[in-house]
Amino acid sequence: MGEMEELRKEADNLKDQITEARKVVQDTTLQEAVAGTTLVGRVQLKTRKTLRGHLAKIYAMHWGTDTKLCVSASQDGKLIVWDTLTTNKVNAIPLKSSWVMTCAYAPSGNMVACGGLDNMCSIYNLKGKDGNVKVMRELAAHTGYLSCCRFLSDSEIITSSGDCTCILWDIETGTEKTIFAGHLGDCMSLAVSPDFKMFISGACDFTAKLWDIREATCRQTFSGHESDINAIGFFPNGNAVITGSDDATCKLYDLRADQELITYQDSGIMCGVTSLAPSLSGRLLLAGYDDFNVNIWDMLKAERVGVLAGHDNRVSCIGVSSDGMACCTGSWDSFLKIWN
Amino acid sequence: MSTNNNIAQARKLVEQLRIEAGIERIKVSKAAADLMSYCEQHARNDPLLVGVPTSENPFKDKKPCIIL
Repeated sequence: MGEMEELRKEADNLKDQITEARKVVQDTTLQEAVAGTTLVGRVQLKTRKTLRGHLAKIYAMHWGTDTKLCVSASQDGKLIVWDTLTTNKVNAIPLKSSWVMTCAYAPSGNMVACGGLDNMCSIYNLKGKDGNVKVMRELAAHTGYLSCCRFLSDSEIITSSGDCTCILWDIETGTEKTIFAGHLGDCMSLAVSPDFKMFISGACDFTAKLWDIREATCRQTFSGHESDINAIGFFPNGNAVITGSDDATCKLYDLRADQELITYQDSGIMCGVTSLAPSLSGRLLLAGYDDFNVNIWDMLKAERVGVLAGHDNRVSCIGVSSDGMACCTGSWDSFLKIWN
Repeated sequence: MSTNNNIAQARKLVEQLRIEAGIERIKVSKAAADLMSYCEQHARNDPLLVGVPTSENPFKDKKPCIIL
């Protein structure tokens, strides 16, 4: 047998081993385990604020950690930092490239980042001496579009790209610390674990991968989706991962049991999931869809318990503030809405 | 040669699958119980779940006072 044949056989054997090992621990299903749990009552959130100012589709938004500030990115070529309580624009940052697809707020509140079809991640210092917001670094190495970025701190950021890799950068030197390769399709989204030790990526190869940041390895791969994974997030305790896909479903994967626990789907929903965010306790899953709505799911019972209807175009991004007080949605209709 | 490339890729895949096959797994019953427990413990502090009283909602517009 040639080496290629041998390797192929070994790969198949290992895949079967993994499937078996997952079955061995499947002594029940989440559905059975929550049979005695009462469904969450109907969740009705109202739009409390509408953030107006962008002149084109909004592609991304991210809440700041400690405050009521958030940053949004639009293909009108601007990053806007908003005070969501007053709806005032704290900063309106003009971008070199208007083809932006992602933005992020540093946990410290000192910086924001964005990137897109320019294949770069640009870091902006919000707290410059003269009060002007300037580009601090341009992180260039990806050979495909920047789909997502998340700060670990003021000195490190992780990016995901259409070139199928994710990169951990040293912001100071502007260089790549670690390249996370393994996905077989465009990486569309990433999320960092609550303890900052791991991150997960969702890709167009229909899988989600869990990466150990310091060991620079892929620990686990989760399959099951039947199309591109566009959105990904951690359950608040860091032990589970939620994915949203073009196959119109969201899935919950448990990291320690290494398998899918449940799928959030409804025969009436036939369009892709664009974005998702869990509520503070993890009991609610808010997911944005291509049909202009956000569906609210009881994460344990996997039933829809609410809808946020208010946008006139696709909901492209969603986020829940760190104190769980409000949910922010961003849309192709150029508006952001704050709900609670 | 593309054959060498393919073999290198296949070797990497096998290596990666070995890592993933070797991890420790807990029972789904335990995983489910822990998720349920976390949700229960934090439910009352989840504003979107339990609702926010108007007086404590920083996003609710306060009606301006009119001096007659």
